[in-house]
This record gives sequence, structure tokens and C-alpha cells, in this order.
Amino acid sequence: MTTRVIEGSQAAAHAVALCKPKVCAMYPITPSTHIPEELSKFVADGKFDTSFIRVESEFAAMSACVGASATGVRAFTATASQGVALMHEVLYAAAGMRLPIVMVVANRALSAPINIWNDHQDTIAERDSGWLQLFCETNQEVVDTIIQAYRIAEDERVLLPVMVNMDGFTLTHTYEKVDIPSQEEVDAFLPEYNPKHAYLDPERPVTQGPFAFPKPYAALRIALNEAVNNSKDVVKEIHDKYAEKFGRRYGNGLIEEYKNDRPISIVAMGSVCGTIKGVVDQRDDVGLLRVRCYRPFPKEEIKKALEGKETVIVFEKNVALGMNSGAMYSEIKDVLYELEKRPKINNVIGGLGGTDVTMQNINNFVDRLKEADGKVELLRGDPNE
Amino acid sequence: MNNIPAPNELLAPGHRTCAGCGAAIAIRQMLRAAGKNTVVCEATGCMEVTSTPYPETSWRVPWIHVTFENAAAVASGVREALNRLGKEDVNVIALAGDGGTADIGFQCLSGMLERGHNVLYVMYDNEAYMNTGVQRSSSTPWGASTTTSPAGKVSHGKDEWKKNVAMIAAAHGVPYVATASIGYPEDFQNKIKKALSIKGAKFIQVHCPCPIGWGFDTSDTIKYAKLAVETGLWALYEVENGKLRITYKPSEFKPVAEYLKGQKRFRHLKDDEIAYIQERARKDYEYLERLQSL
Repeated sequence: MTTRVIEGSQAAAHAVALCKPKVCAMYPITPSTHIPEELSKFVADGKFDTSFIRVESEFAAMSACVGASATGVRAFTATASQGVALMHEVLYAAAGMRLPIVMVVANRALSAPINIWNDHQDTIAERDSGWLQLFCETNQEVVDTIIQAYRIAEDERVLLPVMVNMDGFTLTHTYEKVDIPSQEEVDAFLPEYNPKHAYLDPERPVTQGPFAFPKPYAALRIALNEAVNNSKDVVKEIHDKYAEKFGRRYGNGLIEEYKNDRPISIVAMGSVCGTIKGVVDQRDDVGLLRVRCYRPFPKEEIKKALEGKETVIVFEKNVALGMNSGAMYSEIKDVLYELEKRPKINNVIGGLGGTDVTMQNINNFVDRLKEADGKVELLRGDPNE
Repeated sequence: MNNIPAPNELLAPGHRTCAGCGAAIAIRQMLRAAGKNTVVCEATGCMEVTSTPYPETSWRVPWIHVTFENAAAVASGVREALNRLGKEDVNVIALAGDGGTADIGFQCLSGMLERGHNVLYVMYDNEAYMNTGVQRSSSTPWGASTTTSPAGKVSHGKDEWKKNVAMIAAAHGVPYVATASIGYPEDFQNKIKKALSIKGAKFIQVHCPCPIGWGFDTSDTIKYAKLAVETGLWALYEVENGKLRITYKPSEFKPVAEYLKGQKRFRHLKDDEIAYIQERARKDYEYLERLQSL
């Protein structure tokens, strides 16, 4: 292990190289571009032995990853925003074909208007694709999560693609101290990928990605649903194994509670949780529930963490247009519905298109909403709002 | 039908293509030439839908389908992965129809050719979106009536000339590009073999008549494949390292009317429109011969 002060994208690239994907299909898009740039440098300097495909679009990047993964090798790509949207069709196919691809997403707003800064609309829009989604708070967590992601994805009980979400600019372009594990340490944790299921080999011909009539289609989608649900325990288990070996843990791998024994709980994802923790440290009425694993959605764990709260405030960086709330607000409500005594629940949508979320903003909305129930607020980016 | 032995066919019988399907003939010929040490990456389309109704498959070689427009990109990933596994000797064939190649898959095709992956791309050209019910593609010939370019009182069918995908592929500077026809199986199979013996990105466009979409008797598939070549409307050539060579030229061209008149898609054409096609076919062939002489 070495400790270095590097940019988030560089840290991600180091973690990717340590996982030794045999194929990387890369296309530049802000704010994920520094990842392929850094990986290209590793390749050019002879430090990273991979087939680096400089594709002509994000659509082709995901398609090439599907081809490589279906042939039985570890594949990687990184993207953001419009790139995720362009991949949409292939994302569903990758999950449906049960391919353990890992992708880093530098979360960024979606057009229109075009905007290059951070929010979570890009991957929230893919929440039903069958990809597992892990949201990181720090660059150290990005490093650790990428390494965990391959082991989760390739686990025989999972065999699903995984998105590692890091906030665009806030994490990708920020220099932080990170511990980079050694190759030996990663090799011991993450064995070489050795598929036992379908892979393209003339010695053993199989058909992958066939046409399905209604009944087999329904059966396969039901099996996929089951696989995504079942992956929850594996995400947790592999997080624990990683924590044992490397000494770092992020809650229980699914959710992280920070001083969450207080009457008010903020539920949030990503780097803003660092700011929220700052607010929590200054007050005695509010705690944080950070959702690290967004898909599968850890319903039971969230229910337990929010049981007995007076007020829950879901803070999120996406809008479910036409629903007049964020996507996670509905999901948290769904979870709380099962409680006999339900907390009051409110929704704050902020950070859209990279607008800052200040400690003042957080203090203000907690004060405004602590007695409220069912209120939805959309922040405009004023630091004192 | 069950008694017809097909022990050496890599596309097993029992698939659900229409009677007289030209594309199915093309793929059988292609696989005979390529052999079993081959991975096929196919786009959505007639052949994909008819050959893989889960849990059945007609493919006796490893086969993958992902979406309509990404056969070339998927093949790029498959190729690089096979190389990483030390399987450089395995052939990778990307396979798509004219819609999946000339229209929706064009960008992925260009990307694959430009990067030069060791992949053979085979475009089976039945000149329209046949799987969805005969809609016009950019590879549909001028004057053809399709369900989205129907002939009518003020329409002669498709308004635009057929896109020249093979020449666009050649413009990428890849080592091998060829056109072929299922009416000339030896020529087609020689081109498949030649392409697979060359390292780099290769492209073959094979002309495949479609009885349903073109409107002719299911026993006449090969007849129309041959007539396209004999009338000069479809030329058989290859471009090897930039050098174009016509691989078969009929000693005398038949009038294009002989090809057009039996097909329902062209039956509305008036004499002056047939004359226009005749003249354009002549000019196109002359241009090809000029390229050959370079």
C-alpha cells in the first residue's frame, strides 16, 4: 500500500489498473475524461497490460465491453451524463445477459440545457436497468469500491454489471489523500476472472443474447429480478471481506449511519454526505443515513435505520419530472409504509447541474422541515437558501 | 424435412427463415468457408430472430447478439478479448443486414474499420428492413416500392440511389473489401476465405434476394441473385490493399428490365424509369472499370 495525494480520477484509474481488466473500451466525456487519460498513460508507459480500445462513442464503449465480457474477460469503461444516456440500450442488454462489467460513472447532469457539472440524474435514469449501483462519498471509497465491484460482479451468486458512481468534479477533479493498495494485496483479494457460465469459445459453442418469445422472456426477466435482489447480501459480504483485509469500512457496505440515533434523519448519497456530516457534528437533533448501495435498494436495512425517527428528510440530486419529487423520496416512502408508526417525511432536491450545497443550505432546510410532513423543496443554488 | 442430413452445416436446419430466404443461403455459404473456428457477432435482424428462438439455436459456432446497431463494436470487444486469451487464430465475423449496416449500425462499422480490429464484417444485403415488414433502407435500390417508400400516383417508389457501402468501407483504407452474391457461391466463399486469411478489418457485402420483400416466387432466389449480376446492377469485385479488381464480369450484360420485370417491388416502373436505371447501371459499371484500370 502507498499513500498518495492525487486527483479522484487518477485514484480511480489506479484502482482499475490494479484489477487488471483485459479490455478497456474508452471514450472521453467530461468529467470522466481524466480516467481514460490516466489509463492511457499507464498503457503508454508499459505499466498496464490491457487491450485499450479507443471507441467512437460511449454506445460503442459499452458494446465492446459486452463483447469482451461475453468472451470471458474482465472489461472496464468509464463515462458520465450523455454517455450513460447513449449507452442506455446496451446497459439493459449487459444486465440481461448477466455480464460482470464494471463502469465508473462521474455523475453529471443530463441535457437540456447542456451542463457539465454534478448531479445524479444520469445514473438514476438507469436505476431499473439491472446494474448494481454503488455511490461513493470520497476518493478513497472510489478506490475501494472499484476493487470490490469486480469481485461482486463476478461472484457466481451475482453475475451482474456494477456502476461505481463518483460525483463529477467534486470527486473526479479533487485532490485527496488516498491509500492505493499494492498489486499483491489486490491480487490476493480479487482472483483472476474465470467464467464458468456462457463465454464465446469455438471449443464449446454457445448462443448468447437470443430472441425470446413472451413466456421465456418473462421467466428470464423474473430470474434477473431475483438475481439483482439476491446480490444485496453479496455486496455486504464482499464489503466486509474487504474491510477485514484493508481496514476500511463504509457502514455495512449497503448503508452508512452517522450519528443516526437522533430524532431527525437526512437520507442522501454521494459526496454531499461529507457536508451533511459537518452539519450533523454542529447540531444535536439530526443524523445521517447514507445510501451507499442504491441498487439493489437495501429496503430492510433502511427501514431499520429509520424506524422510530420523528422526521426523515430525503436529500437528492435528481428530479423525477411529473412526480414532483426525487426518485429516492418515493422509494424511502415505500420502505416507511411498512412501519406501524411512520416518521414524517420530506424531500429536498438540490445540487442540480452542479449548484453548491452548503452547510447553510442543509441547516436551513432541516430547520424548515423538521416539523413538516410530505413537503418537497427544490433548491436553486443560493448558498443561503 | 427431418430426414435431410446436414452434418457439416454450421447453421443447423430447423431455423425459421421464410422459404427461399437469400440471407439464410448466404450464411450457410459464409460458415462453410469460415469453418467452425469462428465466433459470429450478429445484429438484430431477420437472421437473428429466426435462428435463435430461446432455448433453441441453429448456430453450431459461438454466437452473440446484443442490439441492432452494435455488431461491429461487439465484435471489436470479442476480438480483443480472444487475443488476450491467446486465441488469435479464432475468426471473428460481425454479421448484419443492410439496415444494421448501412443505416443504424454505420457509426459502429466505421469505428471498427478505422481501428483495424482483426474482424470480418459481413453485410447481408436484402435491400430493405425485411424483418419488420419491408421498409426502405439506404441500401434499397432506386425505384423499389417498399412499405415506407410505396409506389403511388405521384411516387415511383424509393427516390434515392442505393448507398454504396462497400466503397465507403474501402475508403477507410482497410486491407480487404469485397462485394459478393449468393448466386456465385464459389466467388463468395473464396472472398470469405481470402478475407479471413488477411489480418485487420475486412468488409464483404453479399447480395441476398428476398422473395417476400422483393416479390418473386420462392424458387427464384438464385435466379434473381444471378440476374442482378448479369444485368450489371450488382457488380462482383474486391478491393485488396486499395487495388480494385472485378472478380466476375458477364461477357454480355442483359437488359436491366430482365431483372426488374419479375419483381413486385419494381413492377410499377414505367419505361422511362427503367431506362434511367439502365443508364445509371451502365455508368456505375464504367466507373468501376475505370477504378480497376488505376
